[in-house]
Amino acid sequence: MMTVLLPLSAGAADIDMQEYLFGHVGDSYEWHVTTIKEKPVCVYLPVIVHSKSTGWHCFSSRHIAEGETYEGFRIAHADEPHAGKIVEVQGSELVKPLDISITKNVFGLMFNSAVVLLIILLGARWYRKHDAVEEAPKGFAGLVEMLVTMVEDDIIKECVGKDYKRYSPYLLTAFFFIFINNLMGIIPFFPFGANITGNIAVTLVLALCTSVAVNVFGNKQYWKDILWPDVPIFLKAFPLMPVIEIIGIFTKPFSLMIRLFANILAGHVMLLGVVAVVFLTAELGTVMNAGLSVIAVVFGVFMDCLELLVAFLQAYVFTMLSSVFIGLSRQEPETE
Amino acid sequence: MSLITPDFGLLFWMTLIFGIVFFLLAKFGFPMITGSVEKRSERINASIAKAREAEEKLHSLADSQEKMLKQAQLEQARILKETSEARDQMIAQAKEDAREEARKILEHARMEIAAEKESAMRDLRRQVSLLSVEVAEKIVRKNLKDSSEQMELIDKLVDEVAGMQDRS
Repeated sequence: MMTVLLPLSAGAADIDMQEYLFGHVGDSYEWHVTTIKEKPVCVYLPVIVHSKSTGWHCFSSRHIAEGETYEGFRIAHADEPHAGKIVEVQGSELVKPLDISITKNVFGLMFNSAVVLLIILLGARWYRKHDAVEEAPKGFAGLVEMLVTMVEDDIIKECVGKDYKRYSPYLLTAFFFIFINNLMGIIPFFPFGANITGNIAVTLVLALCTSVAVNVFGNKQYWKDILWPDVPIFLKAFPLMPVIEIIGIFTKPFSLMIRLFANILAGHVMLLGVVAVVFLTAELGTVMNAGLSVIAVVFGVFMDCLELLVAFLQAYVFTMLSSVFIGLSRQEPETE
Repeated sequence: MSLITPDFGLLFWMTLIFGIVFFLLAKFGFPMITGSVEKRSERINASIAKAREAEEKLHSLADSQEKMLKQAQLEQARILKETSEARDQMIAQAKEDAREEARKILEHARMEIAAEKESAMRDLRRQVSLLSVEVAEKIVRKNLKDSSEQMELIDKLVDEVAGMQDRS
């Protein structure tokens, strides 16, 4: 449907599709909440930068929101290097400073992490107040227990094997972190709706954590299987298997990173595209616009439901694959 | 901001935030929940095992109860039988005793009768011997007067004695 509609509207559309899509799934220094009477309503977030020449700077992104230069910093334009990022103006040159600003994604990350902490710690608080051996939690704590038990029993115990207890805190954290971030990403209002798990930096850190868990805590058998596997002698002469296995060390977390990133990003782009149909078809006449809008809303509801499924599924898949990789690194040598 | 190049600032914050979240949850969150769930499931398993054991015990208890009941019934029957036997025996014994007593009394009576008879016989014999002495005295007094008369007298006396003896 999109491919049919886009060429029709491309000519006269006053919406820049690229900016629209990237603005929603990408990162920014302020959080654009909505626009009322052509005035944008934004939450301005703190900018924290370190310049080699002038040291640390910390100021509100309000000062640079409209492209102004503040304390020697401004946001680079689309045609300049480091487009969209904060750059330091040094004469005619634009230098990229060390930038650890609280951007939209960082703020969303903090907010969602607080939600994760709140959910799990509130769930865990029940056990401090009750004798969990004598009674089972109800309500919220019961829901948390059900989810935790499901992940631990269905994924972690099954895939990791006998010393699953060592890894279960990390895997559970990863599951709930991804799950909550995915869900929050679907909610379209401030302070939700940041594209956290559809950001490659976030999935990169998650994948690296799994990689550390696999490679740092892998046992002797794991490294022996990689470097000196039990293969016929002619394969030992030409070390094809070790080469493949060593590449595998890197491709496994890479696939984890890309899978989560691409799935969530694609979901967001699809949803945004469906919503854009309403605006893109505005000039086709009221009847056409109304008809397509209804279709877009119906399709959007369907996509949202699908995204709910994907939010759970991707958290589940990430946790399960991490568990499988960890399980493979903890295998006992086969006894014959 | 490009989509596929990880941004340093976000990497930094993500590492920090995820680290903090992981630390807090791994220390205060998940072990609490998973540990409690595990303890509870252990407890439930133990309870099920205990319930099964109790059930088995109950079964064996019912079995032993039945056994005891049967034993008691057997005992009852045995005791009844023994009592009736004892009663029969006692009756028989009493009869026997009575018979014995009667026999003894009879024996005693018989012995007394025999003793009476003996004493009577002794009396008689003394009488006879006294009579004989008297007869002999008389015979000796009439001595030698008439031989034929003597003979007649002797005969008469002997007859008399014999008659007396017969009578007694």
